[in-house]
Amino acid sequence: MVKITYIENSGKVHTVEGEPGQTVMETAIRNAVPGIVAECGGACSCATCHVYVDEAWKEKTGNPSPMEEDMLDFAFDVRPASRLSCQIRLKPELDGLVVRIPEHQN
Amino acid sequence: MTSPVQTDALIVGAGPVGLFAVFELGLLDIKAHLVDILDRPGGQCAELYPEKPIYDIPALPSVTGQELTDRLMEQIKPFGPVFHFGERVDMLKRVDSGFEAVTDAGTTFLAKVVVIAAGGGSFTPKRPPLAGIEAFEDTSVFYAVRKMDAFRGKHVVIVGGGDSALDWTLNLEPIAKSVTLIHRRPEFRAAPDSVNKMRALEAAGRLKFLIGQVTKLNGEGSELKSLTVRGPVNGGPEQEYGIAAERLIPFFGLTMKLGPIADWGLNLHENLIPVDTERFETSEPGIFAIGDINWYPGKLKLILSGFHEGALMAQAAHRHIYPDKRVVFQYTTSSSNLQKKLGLL
Ligand SMILES: Cc1cc2nc3c(=O)[nH]c(=O)nc-3n(C[C@H](O)[C@H](O)[C@H](O)COP(=O)(O)OP(=O)(O)OC[C@H]3O[C@@H](n4cnc5c(N)ncnc54)[C@H](O)[C@@H]3O)c2cc1C
Ligand code: FES
Repeated sequence: MVKITYIENSGKVHTVEGEPGQTVMETAIRNAVPGIVAECGGACSCATCHVYVDEAWKEKTGNPSPMEEDMLDFAFDVRPASRLSCQIRLKPELDGLVVRIPEHQN
Repeated sequence: MTSPVQTDALIVGAGPVGLFAVFELGLLDIKAHLVDILDRPGGQCAELYPEKPIYDIPALPSVTGQELTDRLMEQIKPFGPVFHFGERVDMLKRVDSGFEAVTDAGTTFLAKVVVIAAGGGSFTPKRPPLAGIEAFEDTSVFYAVRKMDAFRGKHVVIVGGGDSALDWTLNLEPIAKSVTLIHRRPEFRAAPDSVNKMRALEAAGRLKFLIGQVTKLNGEGSELKSLTVRGPVNGGPEQEYGIAAERLIPFFGLTMKLGPIADWGLNLHENLIPVDTERFETSEPGIFAIGDINWYPGKLKLILSGFHEGALMAQAAHRHIYPDKRVVFQYTTSSSNLQKKLGLL
């Protein structure tokens, strides 16, 4: 199992466990973490699963693909740490991952 | 007002399910007109995932959203469907001869039956979550350009990196007082030719391109005066600064909203239209609902299910239009009658 911590914009913290192979978006939805909408169900087609990856984890989660970058244009308040959480797949190295949820999903 | 368009069936929505309904209705000699707010057929398949493969269409192990749309268009061609794109059906009411529907562009239809294949609702531009933006909408903030005159002699700001953003930057540049394009990065998802044209106008000092994001709207009442932008200044670190803006056109993609269907007097169940599973008819006889928009126990929002619903709906629509005619069950493989309709004989 891979532990993930989601921090809401209000500061509320949710630490949950996901299985390798699942995405950060799916793990949030399964554990009813609020603030991730995921309108398109993980197809990289809606940009409503936007998160900010904690500085310490940016290298391990890697950079968005060109398709994800294009979709990030539709997200709001995009920053260098922005990712679409349906495009981050869990793996053992990501155990302890911390992501922040933006104030709004567009 | 122009005279109404007469049709056997009016299909609201040209997504995959609305398209296949043309086929099933056509086999029963019911001709159709289709209306969609998008400028092309395919609904979600064409708008949200044209290049992604679908794996659960029977007999097509893998087909992209656009390919599925193209194949459906080919399959329904023999029935001569008439499309009305870029229009939204706003009003629907019962009249003596059937139903009257009116679009936002003023097109009026007189239909014997209505098939609502509206999916998740009308595709509508997304509103960026900027505080107080509602107050400026339709006077200073627009999500589409309907009348160019609203931008003449104004400081216009366009936000986005796709074709719509680039096209309107280029089209409004000659008539606006100033045009500023804002995008969060230097790469665009638009036709390279438009990007080159925009860059050339920028180099000639005729428009501004800023890398950044809008963080705040400033104005009085419904009149926008300026925007606060966050972005790198002269290649340096990010800062917040203001720019003059009387008109803003943000392009943040589309989302689906039920829209006017809610006002058509139909029973609704959590924004979906309940139907029976024999006829796929709504609470109003003669108005049918198929695809993602309908609800019944066990409903699955799958293209496959929408196709099945279309076949059964067509039988019921036939009984509604021709109460005295009997439908003879036939296969397309063996019926010369059906093959004639398909233009094969
Ligand atoms: C990313 C993604 C992946 C998917 N993958 C699959 C898959 O693998 N397999 C599968 O079976 N399904 C899949 N789906 C679901 C599938 O796309 C939908 O079930 C299907 O599109 C529904 O078709 P529809 O014709 O009912 O509605 P839509 O495709 O939603 O089309 C409805 C159309 O009606 C128009 N409309 C609505 N109201 C009005 C109005 N008042 N006036 C004018 N036009 C109007 C809309 O603009 C829209 O174009 C996926 C969906 C998404 C988003
Ligand atoms: S869930 Fe839609 S882009 Fe991630």
